[in-house]
Amino acid sequence: MNLNQLTAHELIDHLKSKKTTPSDIYTAVVKEIERLDPKVKAYLRLTKNKPAFDSNSRLDFPVPISIKDNICIKGEEITCASHILEGFHPSYNAAVIEKIQKCGGILVGQTNMDEFAFGSSTENSHFGPTRNPWNLECVPGGSSGGSAAAVAAHEAIWALGSDTGGSIRQPASFCGIVGLKPTYGRVSRYGLIAFASSLDQIGPLTKDVTDNSLLLNIIAGHDERDSTSADVSVPDYTKSLINDVKGLKIGIPKEYFIEGMDPQVKNAVGEAIEVLEKKGAIFKEVSLPHTEYAVATYYILATAEASSNLARFDGVRYGIRCQPKNSRKGSIVDLYEETRSVGFGKEAKRRIMLGTYALSSGYYEAYYVRAQKVRTLIKNDFDSVFKEFDAIVTPTSPTTAFRIGEKAEDPLAMYLSDIYTISANLAGIPAISLPCGFSKNGLPIGLQILAKPFAEEMLFRIAYSYEQSTPWHTKRVSINA
Amino acid sequence: MLSKEEVRYIAGLSRIHLQENEVEYLTRNLAGILDYIDHLKKLDVSQVPPTSHVLPIKNVYRRDKVKPSFSVQDAVKISPHAYKGFFKVPQVIE
Repeated sequence: MNLNQLTAHELIDHLKSKKTTPSDIYTAVVKEIERLDPKVKAYLRLTKNKPAFDSNSRLDFPVPISIKDNICIKGEEITCASHILEGFHPSYNAAVIEKIQKCGGILVGQTNMDEFAFGSSTENSHFGPTRNPWNLECVPGGSSGGSAAAVAAHEAIWALGSDTGGSIRQPASFCGIVGLKPTYGRVSRYGLIAFASSLDQIGPLTKDVTDNSLLLNIIAGHDERDSTSADVSVPDYTKSLINDVKGLKIGIPKEYFIEGMDPQVKNAVGEAIEVLEKKGAIFKEVSLPHTEYAVATYYILATAEASSNLARFDGVRYGIRCQPKNSRKGSIVDLYEETRSVGFGKEAKRRIMLGTYALSSGYYEAYYVRAQKVRTLIKNDFDSVFKEFDAIVTPTSPTTAFRIGEKAEDPLAMYLSDIYTISANLAGIPAISLPCGFSKNGLPIGLQILAKPFAEEMLFRIAYSYEQSTPWHTKRVSINA
Repeated sequence: MLSKEEVRYIAGLSRIHLQENEVEYLTRNLAGILDYIDHLKKLDVSQVPPTSHVLPIKNVYRRDKVKPSFSVQDAVKISPHAYKGFFKVPQVIE
């Protein structure tokens, strides 16, 4: 197997036994990007500042990593896959980038996404869609579709994404890899370009559960520059890789097994439950009665927060500036309007408008405050289940990857593809997606596990136990360049 | 039901200038989404407190210590139109 096909923990073992060097690994990854990315289009660009390999360095993880294009790297262009930010080079590193660099991580490149993370397919990128490595006619999911496709196609060893309503887990599911949305506040968002501040969280996309725990070890922790980051101690997550689920109580929410779910997804998740049951986990049906309101609640809160966060893109301080046409002396408002009209794509405009409407005078109570109240009910549903249960399992998405263009003209159908992932963001709880099978067309299916706040260790334990008994994480995609 | 006038008004609040075909498209489109969102009105939430934030963090304070920050040069360097250490914009005051 080529170096780029290995996991980070396998590469670290290779490095320790001097079977390879950081430079060889980096070269293998870049070669694969050159070979495959013209087809997959996972990357927006490779980093300009190339790594310098010092043979004397004794850093922990000199492993290449790819970064979603909404996480700032000092001196490297960042666009959030939007025209409005083109040419913007941030003056500082995000907290997660500092942490990665401190332990020797090598930044390979920045991955494609839906513009400002608005979407579930990566089709809303200003720079064109990323393709699913398992079937190039299908979407990789989104919004962290570039990161997921890069890892699945072995154009990356591991990657970072961000998850506001499922943007790590759904693409991980569509691409057959492991994706974690940590607890709200577990990872600092300093240097993450904000979408919805009460929901956003940065997390790892990896080839297996072990790598996921290693990468969370690196990025987790309190940071005073993000006042919403939680001052909660970070355990060594690799210690929770225990192949034992005996006696764990796991809930299956009846509201999640609904019409519209692909029967192949239902079967695969059912089989995954059997695997864990045979290993001694105790399953019981539970109820999350407000599930049906999650998508509507999310699209009020997330768009309201987005409309506020995106107000800063006005052509003055960063990105592009467009002078109004047809007027000799445009006002500053004309400058804002022209820049935003030219700079934002269709979905960004739609969400800014929806959020502005929900926050506008006369509608604020009816939409925004009501949605905040329903959010309380959704959170309470989880709180009451977790009083009795260690975890909840669900499918990650009701279907496997859909075809490019299939939902592009129907925003509501696209929003509903996040139906199983959104609640975790509303409730602030951690959730992981890992592969649990393939459809008859060869597309991956994802299993989602959820736990109470700061119980990532529980997720890793159950996910690792499942992984040890199944072959899915060892399946390798093959693309002919 | 959302009207075209309302869509134009929201676009103004959003500082987005819409073409006429965008107004028509978004009127239909947003109406459909709002129709789905109206689903929330089925719930009685009169006795439910709102959640703005899931963590029990209230105000986060820190010492008001002077620390190094960006230089003016670094801050304006990234602007599409900087002039002598300032962000340059069209005339605001008559």
